[in-house]
Amino acid sequence: MPHGASRFNVVSVALGLAFLYLPITILVVYSFNASRLVTLWGGWSLAWYRELLRDDAVLEAAWISLRVAFVSATAATILGTLAAIVLARMGRFRGRLLFSGMIYAPLVMPEVITGLSLLLLFVALNVDRGFWTVVIAHVTLTMCFVTVIVQSRLADFDRSLEEAAMDLGCPPFRTFLAVTLPLIAPAIAAGWMLAFSLSLDDLVIASFTTGPGATTLPIRIYSEVRMGVKPEINAVCTIMIAIVALGTIAASLLTKRGAARRDRAALGAQV
Amino acid sequence: MASRTDRRGWHARIVVLLPYLWLALFFLAPFLIVLKISLSQAALAQPPYLPVFDLAAGWAGLKEFAAQLSADSFRLLASDIIYLLSYLKSLEVAAVSTAILVLIGYPVAYGIARAPRAWQPLLVMAVILPFWTSFLIRVYAWINILQRDGLFNEVLLRLHVIDVPVAWLSSDTAIYIGVVYSYLPFMVLPLYATLEKMDGSLLEAAADLGCPRWKAFWLVTFPLSLPGLAAGALLCFIPIVGEFVIPDLLGGSETLMIGQTLWTEFFSNRDWPVASAIAIALLMLLLAPILFYERLQKRSLQGDA
Repeated sequence: MPHGASRFNVVSVALGLAFLYLPITILVVYSFNASRLVTLWGGWSLAWYRELLRDDAVLEAAWISLRVAFVSATAATILGTLAAIVLARMGRFRGRLLFSGMIYAPLVMPEVITGLSLLLLFVALNVDRGFWTVVIAHVTLTMCFVTVIVQSRLADFDRSLEEAAMDLGCPPFRTFLAVTLPLIAPAIAAGWMLAFSLSLDDLVIASFTTGPGATTLPIRIYSEVRMGVKPEINAVCTIMIAIVALGTIAASLLTKRGAARRDRAALGAQV
Repeated sequence: MASRTDRRGWHARIVVLLPYLWLALFFLAPFLIVLKISLSQAALAQPPYLPVFDLAAGWAGLKEFAAQLSADSFRLLASDIIYLLSYLKSLEVAAVSTAILVLIGYPVAYGIARAPRAWQPLLVMAVILPFWTSFLIRVYAWINILQRDGLFNEVLLRLHVIDVPVAWLSSDTAIYIGVVYSYLPFMVLPLYATLEKMDGSLLEAAADLGCPRWKAFWLVTFPLSLPGLAAGALLCFIPIVGEFVIPDLLGGSETLMIGQTLWTEFFSNRDWPVASAIAIALLMLLLAPILFYERLQKRSLQGDA
């Protein structure tokens, strides 16, 4: 694609970004509003954050959500990375079509269907619903996103590096640890972050698969939001946005360093 | 390739089996259970459906189980107009919003692809960032704006576009705003990926031969971007059909989207068989687009479709 943006290009990107950011900005600003009314600006204040710190139900839900997200993202990253290696490196094997089908389908499957079907499975297996059923549900959903991210990285990089190591007598497993893993590490990290934030975000699947004592933050927020706008909720949302923003920036710095190194290597190869 | 397969050791087998078994157990098997329960009947029991499958009863139990299966739930879906309207509403919302998403998303993706190279990662990041913040938060942000004494009415009143506050919430307009807002990154990113990879020399050739820029866009750029456009459209269309959160928080209560109907049947009416039947019917409806999407994905990621 040739570069050189016309005025139309600049305006459309600017409008698009404004559309994406304006609502979030408004939400963040009003979390600092001293007045309870959205239309009324009562000056800057941290009142809603103080209120939030006293709200045990929300804090408890946030703690559960963070634990679910951490455990499920970690498991999903392991399973998702394995699946990516299968799809990118294992060539053809019996059942490959079904395998890739099961990887791509959850990406677009409506959440109500995934949630309902997992719940019915847990009922059929007579499993008590709670923390672990939500974790299992989130692993199933998010591992496929990890697979797609890691797989595209595996498809990108130069396979001759792996082949060289193996030609020199390095066994496949050690080749993977010494050559492949460091090269796909940024993609794995990005996959973990995506899995973490998807899990932290999910309302529908968690609602189906949760049980007593495992009310996650989105479920809690949802029940509050149904009653209407509350400044405390703006405060919770602002904190979540801040965490995600910091995480994303950290992740992009990580991958950027990897990308810069990669570009230098590619340049060296051309010269 | 076959000889290579044979040389694979035990850890290669584990690498395949772990994710395979996980998905078979937690993604594939549940669908069979949904299918089974959609053929059951609602009952005041725990779990709330009949018949319950009892392995201990052996062959006789299995025969009795099979005899009790019924298509009543599906008959109900076909006979009660509410369900049909719900499906149609979902398809309408998904189709119209996907069209709006293309109209908004294409210029944005195109603009980013034409931006200076150094800027592009930053712009892509700017599009992705809101997608990483919670879905719920993004929908909630619009409740802030669209409510009767919200900012949107305030601005329109100040500009004298309207004289009295309009009830934006609980309407289809609010659903469309919420859907387009939430799904925009899903449309922009695949489109950008295709546009960015495009060979610039094709457009140069067109320009050299005297083709005006807008014509070159229609004759060269647009046809070449169709795979990205299709991927983006499917990535939006399919989940929007089953969307629950957005219509539930922003929409009205006249005609529910199918995701809401399923939710209501399950959580409020506790009719698990009908909820399952809705899920099966929805899945049938989406099967063709899902398979099409999978083909596109495979082609772009593996290049071996």
